[in-house]
Amino acid sequence: MNKTRFTVNGRQVTCEAEGRTLLVDYLRQQLRLTGTHVGCDTTQCGACMVHVDGKAMKSCTLLVAQLEGSDVTTIEGLAQGNGPHSVQAAFKEHHGLQCGFCTPGMIMSAVDMIRRHGEALTEDVIRHDLEGNICRCTGYVNIVKSIKAAAKDMSGQTP
Amino acid sequence: MHEFDYFKPPNVEAALKAATEADDPSFLSGGMTLLPTMKQRLAAPSTLVDVTGIESLRGIEPRGEQGLWIGAATTHFEVSASEVVSGFCSAVGTLAGGIGDPAVRHRGTIGGSVANNDPAADYPALILGMNAIVETSKRTIRGDEFFVGMFETALTDGEMITGFEFERPNRASYAKFPNPASRYAVVGVFVAEFANGSVRVAVTGAGSDGVFRWHAAEEALVDEFSERSVQNCPMEDVDMMSDIHAAADYRAALIRVMARRAIINTVRPKG
Ligand SMILES: Cc1cc2nc3c(=O)[nH]c(=O)nc-3n(C[C@H](O)[C@H](O)[C@H](O)COP(=O)(O)OP(=O)(O)OC[C@H]3O[C@@H](n4cnc5c(N)ncnc54)[C@H](O)[C@@H]3O)c2cc1C
Ligand code: FES
Ligand code: FES
Repeated sequence: MNKTRFTVNGRQVTCEAEGRTLLVDYLRQQLRLTGTHVGCDTTQCGACMVHVDGKAMKSCTLLVAQLEGSDVTTIEGLAQGNGPHSVQAAFKEHHGLQCGFCTPGMIMSAVDMIRRHGEALTEDVIRHDLEGNICRCTGYVNIVKSIKAAAKDMSGQTP
Repeated sequence: MHEFDYFKPPNVEAALKAATEADDPSFLSGGMTLLPTMKQRLAAPSTLVDVTGIESLRGIEPRGEQGLWIGAATTHFEVSASEVVSGFCSAVGTLAGGIGDPAVRHRGTIGGSVANNDPAADYPALILGMNAIVETSKRTIRGDEFFVGMFETALTDGEMITGFEFERPNRASYAKFPNPASRYAVVGVFVAEFANGSVRVAVTGAGSDGVFRWHAAEEALVDEFSERSVQNCPMEDVDMMSDIHAAADYRAALIRVMARRAIINTVRPKG
């Protein structure tokens, strides 16, 4: 058993579990934060994307034990205040989803790329940086559109 | 995944001790290769010794006038975003920034990639193409001696990579034809020319025994450093991989195309 202390969406947690416990299973099964999805077995789909210390990472390929002292943000922790986060609002506005399965991961990746590139986020860069997220429905066009709109909306503010 | 013990030691000595005391240990760095492999039960180590808590394995530093050092546990993202790296040789950051996707780059490390020696990985082409020095917990090994075969290296049981040292090339470039799903190299070619006039051409993604040097291209480029030089020079006599992604003769053709692209893109580094 390993004991790991870290934060999830700003809340201090202590996870006592077998070393093999994956972050995504802890989030979904223990904390009941089921917005983080599992779409594959090969670390390729990005449905499980969360932020660890401000960087997008795939929670299906992280052990909780690796996270001592880290800050984890999930899709549930993204919105500040009452309304949705700007990226969530943009996905709604521009119809950046169909079934919605990939959407939490897409949004977590989108926030990460807006943080890294700011206003330099061109359509080419968005498409390139979405390489770790798979969507089986939309064909990506509206996802890219949503991210572009969100980046424009958010220029000047901290994502 | 089978159960295992997990340790995150603070220094190399403690890590080596933990590895020596375990039945069947594995070092864990970014986990971007090892954890998927364990999830599929293709690997089942008894103990994971996480090396990312070892401060001396992290970072990027100039070494002397012409050198660069990268710690084994430095992430692909850190390498791709580093100004020290881009000032040293832009091809290094470009290569790191082309690995997988942003999430993989935020976690995966150069040490894990080189230790793993996947035949389609990018970093082996850099280490062989620069004949970099691989520093381990025991010794130093040159790129030329490090890669032994597919997923095989000169590392012995319990030997840990601590860092890599590079000598500045006059100019260098990396071109890859990525697999559209995984971004691993179907073929990747690293070309470097050094101050003494020597040229090295390293090819990843193609060889059944992993990364290799294309010697005829190196000789032709010493005579004339231009994409014309690799147009007709004989292909290295190695067994090319043939799979669902690309047949052997297609890979051989791609090597020439990627080498030409790398040569055309070659930029003289600043300073
Ligand atoms: C979706 C996806 C796409 C990818 N695309 C690419 C790509 O395009 N190109 C590419 O090159 N790679 C790609 N990778 C692999 C990625 O680069 C990995 O990060 C890398 O291969 C392994 O590094 P790691 O730090 O994650 O190592 P780990 O997975 O932690 O370890 C890998 C192996 O190295 C050993 N090891 C780790 N550190 C050390 C050390 N310091 N000393 C000795 N042994 C050590 C471990 O025991 C293990 O056997 C991809 C991975 C994924 C999941
Ligand atoms: S579930 Fe994590 S990448 Fe697919
Ligand atoms: S909206 Fe269905 S998978 Fe993307």
